[in-house]
Amino acid sequence: MLDMFSYPFMQYAFIASFFISVLCGLMGVFVVARKTAFFTHTLSEISFSGASFGVFLGTNPIIGMLIFTVLSSLMIGTVGSKVSRRESSISVFSVLFIGLGILFLSLANSQSSYATNILFGSIVGISLNNVTTLVALSILIILVIVLIYRKLKYNSFDDIGASFNSRANTFVSIVFLILLACTVSVTAQIVGSLLIFALLTIPASSAKYFVHSIWGMTLLSFLFSLIGTWVGLYLSFITNLPVSFFIALIETIIYIIAVLYDKVTRI
Amino acid sequence: MKENKQPLLSVNNLNVAVQDRTLINNLSFQILPATLTCVTGENGVGKTTMVKAILKNFNKNNAVKVNLKRSQLQYVPQFRNIDNDYPLTVKDFISLGLQHSIIPWLSKREKALVSKVIKMTNLEALAKTPLGNCSGGEQQRVFLAQALVSEPKLLILDESTASLDKEAKFLLLDMVKQVIKKTHTAVVFITHDPVLVQTYGDYDLNIYNHQGTISKIKGVK
Repeated sequence: MLDMFSYPFMQYAFIASFFISVLCGLMGVFVVARKTAFFTHTLSEISFSGASFGVFLGTNPIIGMLIFTVLSSLMIGTVGSKVSRRESSISVFSVLFIGLGILFLSLANSQSSYATNILFGSIVGISLNNVTTLVALSILIILVIVLIYRKLKYNSFDDIGASFNSRANTFVSIVFLILLACTVSVTAQIVGSLLIFALLTIPASSAKYFVHSIWGMTLLSFLFSLIGTWVGLYLSFITNLPVSFFIALIETIIYIIAVLYDKVTRI
Repeated sequence: MKENKQPLLSVNNLNVAVQDRTLINNLSFQILPATLTCVTGENGVGKTTMVKAILKNFNKNNAVKVNLKRSQLQYVPQFRNIDNDYPLTVKDFISLGLQHSIIPWLSKREKALVSKVIKMTNLEALAKTPLGNCSGGEQQRVFLAQALVSEPKLLILDESTASLDKEAKFLLLDMVKQVIKKTHTAVVFITHDPVLVQTYGDYDLNIYNHQGTISKIKGVK
């Protein structure tokens, strides 16, 4: 078992998974409380589209990703979160941005593998550079969340109460969406958007059935992400099957256990 | 109390309107500290809209003069979407109302304040229960408690008893009366229930035919 750590790419994958779990624990709890899970999914498609645009312009794809995701977050934040939760507007967004992504890729006619990697990226293909980026992003997000923590938790866990009794709600929502946009764009190019969507939503959705405080849910979501990614990496190493599959499977099992636990304890 | 004479809120000739439809013309009234003012009137006369107009015009012009900081006014809305798998405990939900500081954790003073409010609203047994598991009456008490942790001077309750049975209604209003007695908070209570108005109200602001008239309720000592 230990011989898998003799490969640098496996070491990086384990370290990166740790920081991705930190990010997903922190952000996931608020994503789930704000009921913006599907917007998160849309964001990963928007970042695919943005990356294609970057390729088309001939600049670094990450610039295109950040421009697209941050702009759409600003838009959603200003229009209001109700619109972003509406099923039809999510479909419209997804379809439009996947379409745009394909258009830019065909116009660019080169390096398309980079952009398609965003949809189906792999956690075992990452470099030391990627790890550094993840660490920096984690620190940035922790700092910003600490700064707006009280308003963010009021606004996320009691949006109606906060809308009357707390100020700067729109500002807090926009800051949160921008953080989410950065998380999705930076991590999606490293591990793929499927995995990020899974890790941002499933561990936090499961955690809320076991613990009932924000700190508790953050810690448990982090642990659920970490178990999923580390066990997934190990299983993938010994079976030679894709990591994403194992992670998705483990997270789903955790969620099923959580729902069953809730059913049993409610009786 | 020394400040008893000075009104917390004076509304002067306020016109309450939804888009271009005027609901209440030239509304004027005052709210004194440590009083309970009931806002009554049929569905659709503009009771909630009036409160929203007051919040919107808060010290922005002569129509709404408020002798408070905005954070000393708490509005408890009629509806909140609490699903039955809502995760936070009663205690954590109440703590969301603590917005005076930006430090992520709660100070000793804030923790003591939350405990005091939990005691005052008789929620000790439920403090660690997830809010989603609480009944409608219990949730209304929790909403009241969340408003109280910010130590408001003026509290606006919007139909807080609308979905409660008779027993829970009286329980909640008894609690509100206790709060007024202990903290000298003024309460504006929007309601449909004539029995509650007669039993608990000091003043009745009745809205009828686009006019609002405030009167002292008889039988109040």
